[in-house]
Amino acid sequence: MTGTRARRGSTTTSHDSQKAQENLHDGAPSSSLTSCRLPSRPATQNPKMEKPDELITTGVLASLQNFIRKCIVAVISYGPMPKHIAFIMDGNRRYAKFRSIKEGSGHRMGFSALIASLLYCYEMGVEYITVYAFSIDNFKRDPAEVQSLMELMEEKINELLENRNVINKVNCKMNFWGNLDLLSEPVRLAAQKLMASTAENKGLVFSVCMPYNSTSEIVNAVNELCTERREHAGNCNGNSPNNGVHSDISVEDLDRHMYSAGCPDPDIVIRTSGETRLSNFLLWQTTFSHLQNPDPLWPEFSFRHLVWAILQYQRVYPYIEQTKKLAKKLL
Amino acid sequence: MSRPSVIINLTLGLLWFIVHLAINFFSLWSHLIYNIEYYLISFGLFPKYRKFQLERLKYLAVVVDIREAKNVAKIKQLLCWLSTIGVKYVCLYDIDGVLKKTFEPAINGSRDVNSGSYLDVGANMKVLTCCQKEMTVEYISGSDGKEGIAKAANLLCSTYFNGDKDTCGNDEIVFTEADMSGALKAIGCGGPEPDLLLVYGPARCHLGFPAWRLRYTEIMHMGPLNSMKYGAIVKAFYNFSKKYQNFGK
Repeated sequence: MTGTRARRGSTTTSHDSQKAQENLHDGAPSSSLTSCRLPSRPATQNPKMEKPDELITTGVLASLQNFIRKCIVAVISYGPMPKHIAFIMDGNRRYAKFRSIKEGSGHRMGFSALIASLLYCYEMGVEYITVYAFSIDNFKRDPAEVQSLMELMEEKINELLENRNVINKVNCKMNFWGNLDLLSEPVRLAAQKLMASTAENKGLVFSVCMPYNSTSEIVNAVNELCTERREHAGNCNGNSPNNGVHSDISVEDLDRHMYSAGCPDPDIVIRTSGETRLSNFLLWQTTFSHLQNPDPLWPEFSFRHLVWAILQYQRVYPYIEQTKKLAKKLL
Repeated sequence: MSRPSVIINLTLGLLWFIVHLAINFFSLWSHLIYNIEYYLISFGLFPKYRKFQLERLKYLAVVVDIREAKNVAKIKQLLCWLSTIGVKYVCLYDIDGVLKKTFEPAINGSRDVNSGSYLDVGANMKVLTCCQKEMTVEYISGSDGKEGIAKAANLLCSTYFNGDKDTCGNDEIVFTEADMSGALKAIGCGGPEPDLLLVYGPARCHLGFPAWRLRYTEIMHMGPLNSMKYGAIVKAFYNFSKKYQNFGK
């Protein structure tokens, strides 16, 4: 069973993720993660009163971990590195259930894992990250849950707006892909404000899909294309229009109107918690993407899982490149 | 390039090579164990793999790598195995259309009136009798994927322009997903959505399988077609029978 498989590795991996985030605190210019208000530790762990020598030891350990991480990145960077990684962040609710904590806390832990993964990817030279934050299908969930998710998103977007440590560290350009009209007004406005304020940034491109469906994206592209053609077709001053003489719509025309226009296709799509489907995510853009489905739940996803994902990608890279060339005439 | 950086580069390269060598070794070892398991499954030694239910698997799709799609014998053997297990509808896909071209004469020769319910799919299908059981086989390619969607978009737009005398109106054009599904059916790209997709090839990639039919499909990687195992298919179907989907809820 998926749930049982995910649980097996959970105790060590969540600890790793927590540790890595704490190390990022120390390594980053000014506790970039505390500015995102990491969830407080679960009630079972009491905050420790740290003595100075413990602080030194913690500092030395953190520096050592940073150094080891940099060495690992240097080694794997010798091979082909993905430019664009997409994540389907699955497993937050199961994580909360397995730990007997409130469901909302699972999503908060998931957000911490997201920021940690973002920073790790930045260190590895990944230029584009896309995450599936909320599907249009998720509106079918319990209204209270949808409401709390919307509130969490609004809270986190506003935090990123106010305290820009993470954004500045990676010079992040934020995109929100999806049918933003379906969002409540505060969330939509916050998202639009964040997009506008990071539009000029030239660093890592971070695209958040919410609320998103691939089929909805394709239909949106068709609508935009059709509107564009209507405007080009003829004039409205009584002269007859062009009698519908347009060139046929091509795949490239649709590409230009996708939310992802300007971004390369994902090299890797990672869906956590071991599920094997794409759930209507980037179906147009993932023709040659390596689809991976590691067992850990999303809040447990950490540096070593990311390294493993990239190593798996490097193993199949020659095959994918060759297949792209062979199929090039169809693209 | 200075000598220290050359040395560092070579060291990194060596370490990278060692890491991948270790992964390949580990992977070979686990393949061996899996192959033993698949042989034991084919001999029926695991009760759970003999007794699972296949009702939920109404439509199966198989993606085949371009290079392996020419292996007609293996494709026929695969179809025979699927038929033996009890699959009723298989959609075979390869990005280049090799399968369509290879099996095209057979398709044109044996269209069956009983496949009427699938006729909206298009011409590329036939009813196969394999190992005493009937199975509908559909052949699609990359041109049914993105290009199919582009053709459907063309159909929608041209229907709109031809139907709407007042093309200068300011009304927003709002096609829906249902409109798109209808257009795809009209051009012959509207087949059923597979419940399970088996990927035969070195990597788990869907290689452009039609997006409209891939939304909630479980995708399982089976390895290269040349080394396919009957037990692997049984195990994949068993794992599928255990899957539970929320569909977003």
